[in-house]
Amino acid sequence: MVTTVFPKSIKSRPIYGQLLPKHGTRHLMIADGEGATGLTDMLSKIKNDRSEFLNKSHIVYVPGVNGVDQSDVLVGLGAAQFYKSPTIDAAMPRLRLILQDARMGIQFYLSGTESLMGRVQTAIMETGYTHSAIQMEHRGSLSRRVQCVHCKGITENVKIDPFKCGHCGLHLFVRDHYSRRISAFQGVNIDAEDPGVVPPSEERFL
Amino acid sequence: MIGDTKIKVRVTDAVTINPLIKQFRFVSCDGSDLPAFSSGAHIFVEMEDNGTRRLNQYSLMSTPEDLSCYTISVRRDDVGRGGSVFMHNSVKPGMEMVISHPINFFPLDVRARKHLFVAGGIGITPFIAHMAQLLGQDHKFELHYSARSHGLGAYVDHLKDIYGSKVHCYFDDKNQKINLENLLRGQAIGTHVYVCGPKPMISWVRQTAEQCGWPDQAVHYEEFLAPPTGKPFVVELARSKKIFTVSTNQSLLEAIEAAGVDAPYLCRGGACGQCITNVVSCDGEIEHNDHWFEPDEHNEFGTIMPCVSRFCGKSLVLDR
Repeated sequence: MVTTVFPKSIKSRPIYGQLLPKHGTRHLMIADGEGATGLTDMLSKIKNDRSEFLNKSHIVYVPGVNGVDQSDVLVGLGAAQFYKSPTIDAAMPRLRLILQDARMGIQFYLSGTESLMGRVQTAIMETGYTHSAIQMEHRGSLSRRVQCVHCKGITENVKIDPFKCGHCGLHLFVRDHYSRRISAFQGVNIDAEDPGVVPPSEERFL
Repeated sequence: MIGDTKIKVRVTDAVTINPLIKQFRFVSCDGSDLPAFSSGAHIFVEMEDNGTRRLNQYSLMSTPEDLSCYTISVRRDDVGRGGSVFMHNSVKPGMEMVISHPINFFPLDVRARKHLFVAGGIGITPFIAHMAQLLGQDHKFELHYSARSHGLGAYVDHLKDIYGSKVHCYFDDKNQKINLENLLRGQAIGTHVYVCGPKPMISWVRQTAEQCGWPDQAVHYEEFLAPPTGKPFVVELARSKKIFTVSTNQSLLEAIEAAGVDAPYLCRGGACGQCITNVVSCDGEIEHNDHWFEPDEHNEFGTIMPCVSRFCGKSLVLDR
């Protein structure tokens, strides 16, 4: 499976690269859904000492909200630690615990949906680690995590645009404007001037 | 231009710190506060040294909160181009001088959860300001300061008095060396390392950090690259219609300024790209001494950075 190509957009819209194995004292890999193949593709690029790399690796995996579960493949890799979490939310306390004890020299590899990568990136950034040093590769669904700029409520797994805010009920237009601090795209009321005039929703983020 | 904002100051103190280092304190001539700065900033000090105008950069080591004065320390370099010797021998209290506004290429990354400072010799000065800025804030920091000996370790006792166990000193004459690999491997995530000192020390810290898996973004360094000396050469400025010789102890930029041509600059140390100039024609070899472009990139683009680069050959014509 190839890496997703995103159309050119505003500067705020995150772009993703391809994971490359890096020299490090520990390797933390976090993926959801199809992101498992992002990790295995990265690992296949290691020429020598793959087992040494895996001996220093910790994998955290969340099956996709679309039902894709490739945990068997990841378990089979034989990393020092493997942890499967039912949801991203449930994985966060585990991640924060890992980060609490982490030392400089650790490398981060994130793969999967923007929601997973964004939330993990934010948690890593909160430790003072620079966001641009975290490797990310998009795989799988394009669904978005969107914050309503009006009520500040966050709706997960948004596939259509415009969509109805799950918190305040406003019809929101999904912008490419992204916040690393809250790991979410911005949703702005689309019928503020003409209440009730809402264009039909399109499935933009499959 | 940014690098050209000047302030008239009076020297109030010129204190010998040790056989190599002298400290200078400046206040503004009109008695007003000096411009605010953030720790890590440096200023240019203008010197009229027997007809040669020198602009040397020195880190501000005074407390950023105190704008009544700026303090710098100057290490005497007897084999340098003469700026530091001029500061040591000719600058006396009461003298009026011209300095630039502060410029900061070495700020704290305030996203860091901990700041790890590595200083070598006179490279201690920006860290004195950094630590003063961090004092009283909820930021962790640690200083690892290496000097030739206790006697040549400027401000060692002073810093230990203020910051206690946060200050770690290493003296060459006692065969003490920073165990850098251990130090870097032990740091909690979110630590940033900063190094200021001699060139080999900066390379050592950058390489060791890379080997230990540190990302570049968490490694900060400042290297003051003094313009190298070299053989005199002739340069022609096409737009200004001037031809003159750049002398051994003069940089190309200084020679352009001495010829009365206003040229852009900012760092004067080959690091910022501000002074970049197009080469109209060149019959000879340009010695690209900057670390802005790779030499072959300069040759491809037809550019030169006159703050640090020199020329050897028949003729050099610049678009200035």
